[in-house]
Amino acid sequence: MFFIDFFGNRLLIAVIGSIHVFINHPLAVGAYPLVTLMEWWGYRTKNPDWDNLAHRITFFLFVVTTSVGALTGVGIWFSTALIAPFGIGSLLRVFFWAWFTEWIVFVSEVLLIMAYYLLWKKWGAGIHKKLHIGLGAVLSIFSWFTMVIIVAVLGFMMGSGTWPQDQSFLSAVFNPLYLPQLAFRTTYALITAGLCAWFLIFFFTKKGTEIRQKAVRFVARWILAWFVPFALASLWYWQRIPEDMKANLNVGLLTQRFMQWHETLAVLMLFALGAIIIVALIGAIRPRMIPGLVLIIPFALGLWLLGHFERVREFIRKPYVIADYMYSNGVKVSDLPVYQRDGILAHAAFVENRQITSENMLAAGRDVFLVTCSRCHTTAGLNSVRTKFATMYGNEPWDKNALLAFLATMHTSRTFMPPFPGNDKEAEALTTYLKNLQFDHEFIIDAQADWKISSPATGIAPR
Amino acid sequence: MMRKLSILTISLLGLASFIQAAPIPRDIDLPLPLDEWTLKFLLVILFLAHIFFINLMLGGAVLSVIFEMVGRKFPHYDALGKKISETVTVNKSIAVVLGVGPLLCINLAYTTHFYSANALTGLAWISVIPLVIIAFLLAYLHKYTWDKWTGEKKPTHILVGLSAALIFLFVPLIFLANINLMLFPADWQGVRGFFSSLRVGNVFPRYFHFLTASLAVTSLILAWWYGRKKYPVEKFLPGFTHEGLRRLFYRLTFYATAAQLVFGPLLLFTLPYEGITTWLLIIVGLVIILAIGILHLLRREIKVPNEKIGRMFIPVLLTLTLVVLLMGTARHLYREACLVEHTRLIADRSQSFQANVIGTQMRLAAGLDAGAAVGGGPTGEKLFINCAACHALNKVLAAPSLVEVYSLYKDNPEGIVTWAKNPGKKRPEFAPMPSFAHLGDEKLRLVADYILEMVSGSGVSILE
Repeated sequence: MFFIDFFGNRLLIAVIGSIHVFINHPLAVGAYPLVTLMEWWGYRTKNPDWDNLAHRITFFLFVVTTSVGALTGVGIWFSTALIAPFGIGSLLRVFFWAWFTEWIVFVSEVLLIMAYYLLWKKWGAGIHKKLHIGLGAVLSIFSWFTMVIIVAVLGFMMGSGTWPQDQSFLSAVFNPLYLPQLAFRTTYALITAGLCAWFLIFFFTKKGTEIRQKAVRFVARWILAWFVPFALASLWYWQRIPEDMKANLNVGLLTQRFMQWHETLAVLMLFALGAIIIVALIGAIRPRMIPGLVLIIPFALGLWLLGHFERVREFIRKPYVIADYMYSNGVKVSDLPVYQRDGILAHAAFVENRQITSENMLAAGRDVFLVTCSRCHTTAGLNSVRTKFATMYGNEPWDKNALLAFLATMHTSRTFMPPFPGNDKEAEALTTYLKNLQFDHEFIIDAQADWKISSPATGIAPR
Repeated sequence: MMRKLSILTISLLGLASFIQAAPIPRDIDLPLPLDEWTLKFLLVILFLAHIFFINLMLGGAVLSVIFEMVGRKFPHYDALGKKISETVTVNKSIAVVLGVGPLLCINLAYTTHFYSANALTGLAWISVIPLVIIAFLLAYLHKYTWDKWTGEKKPTHILVGLSAALIFLFVPLIFLANINLMLFPADWQGVRGFFSSLRVGNVFPRYFHFLTASLAVTSLILAWWYGRKKYPVEKFLPGFTHEGLRRLFYRLTFYATAAQLVFGPLLLFTLPYEGITTWLLIIVGLVIILAIGILHLLRREIKVPNEKIGRMFIPVLLTLTLVVLLMGTARHLYREACLVEHTRLIADRSQSFQANVIGTQMRLAAGLDAGAAVGGGPTGEKLFINCAACHALNKVLAAPSLVEVYSLYKDNPEGIVTWAKNPGKKRPEFAPMPSFAHLGDEKLRLVADYILEMVSGSGVSILE
């Protein structure tokens, strides 16, 4: 069982996933249409400045998307396989053909990116230029298409629709959250592409030149134009998010004493969007007034908002990794009664203690922690169980019965937590481990390098 | 060392108990989205396509730096290094995207084995991502600064290329460690992370076999690429001729292929014997004969006069393709043979667990399971567990004690119900209470009554 303490498993997926989204949305899905439009505009107005600017921006896109962008995409596979093998393994069995198609689109996209950038000068004039602009358009469609496919999976994780009943591929793809989320992401990607391009314009053009002002105005109009569909898409998305998930958001933030923070945050988000609109308006009317490096601010705000959307989406799908089918710790909803009766250790693959005795209480509790809690919680680092319980119970030795009662009911009082998937003895062992953790600051440094196993006790007859 | 020990164990205890030492994970309880054999066929073919570009990327990165270094003494080699470095960044992009297809297939076809190996070498496995990102960025830097970092900066430039090449050389070892480890579940217990996983099976012979193959494939492709009549050698590579370049790369192909006659048998003889079958040996024998054939053709190519050079390229390429297909097949057969017993155990275990789940659900539905059935309806005492995580009789846990609650709501149980449905935050020292509206008025009232009765019956003195 893979586990990184302190930093936390959850953060590993989050970091890789966020970097990928930060590149994919503004630098690929949103950016290629914008760059192609610039190139076309330069061709129509016969102004080589546009072409040069588009070419330079494309160089940046080319290098970043084919290295960091592509690799973090693969990184999502690597990290989820390590941290949520049951979740990603199940999703893969449902969505294999979707992902396979996406892969083919992805291969074409990378080939097109390389062709688009590397042929820029070679296909510089006449009919070739037209072909090159066409290439940009096709690339834009392909890179959007990868989003079209992947959002189906993300939507599915939040709302599985009728899939748990019929298990059909189509009902999984056309889950209730698919289309609104796609509209939301597409429009926001187009906006952030504008924000990023703004920022790049100041690197790739000289101060006081005509092209700089023209380009700033051009991009400002682009951003403003996409704000209307973006607002509509957000509304649509928000309406489709199930009520209990919205409640989850409030309860989740409330119990974590973030109520005031939550309100401030909403204000901050609106403020950020407002700031982007204002800068865009100024840029559209008086591009001269926009000072150079200040444009990093709307870009940073845009990324911050994007990061926050992802965080919220990941949060409100809890306690599930696949809505109504599998909890975030990899326990299937249907398997819960078996674990609660036999204990989860008896059925786990990579654990040492399977039966709990008075001697192995602590070690078995550690096993239970690793199997059931460690997908989301660390012992002492980010989102650690020690801080969580210290917030609740303070620094006095924690009360065993209170901990037991907490384990038994955490999924009802904290609707983002899954129910405890073990039997009474395991709950007791886990309590022992947690109580020990309060004072003995044990740190599970490298779980994969420090594990033992006993042969599984149930399920197979000895041969 | 470990392997020898486990082979000893086998001979003492027999194969069955050997396999029993292996952890047996349960498979994922959803059907495969396509036929198993189609899936495995896709895996082998897509993997070979991926590895072809990996070969070109790795071989290119290494050769480009070597030629750059040679170029310090013989300047025309510098341009050759530069031209090769331009192919590296293209091939690496194709290699990465082509890798996702086989990754999907292996995740599906060998779910439990692959994920287990990933987890056991977890930190190294995930470090592939940052390592490859760094190598890619270095490769771009190497390519785009070639004409700018000259003179005093040349050593730095060489260092950039060298760093990229070294990372490219290291990353395959992580992949091989995983692909190798997944074949030997019985050894999983002894694995303590990536470095110890290198002792399982025969990672290093496989690794050297792969490196030499990369060099052979890259050289052969480059012999064709720069030997083409259409390639403007005079313009891009002054000091070389088409034929000279062909001969240079044919020689490299020849030496690399000859080295395979050492690494190939070494790989075979160090292969743990679990997966060795007659078919595997037949294929390997065939491959050795074909490799000798390739060597013979290459020797003729190198020796013929200029006007005849290039005629043997297609036969060599076709034979090499056949060799690669055969090796891919052999590799697959070995994997299947290694895992057949363990896969059966996994299937058994998964099935019996499923039967257990369905049986339990049926018993639950029929109310037969004593442990899970709730005797009688809900009572305040039973429901109090919802509160017990934070509230205790006369002790402050995460919230005020029940004695305090009693003093506030002594004659007002409905007040507790109203509060619990929509709690506010009153006290700075505690976290706010979550809402319990989901329990419903009726149950909340039962709990409220229970709390008040319990406190008054407990005999604890109430401070008014």
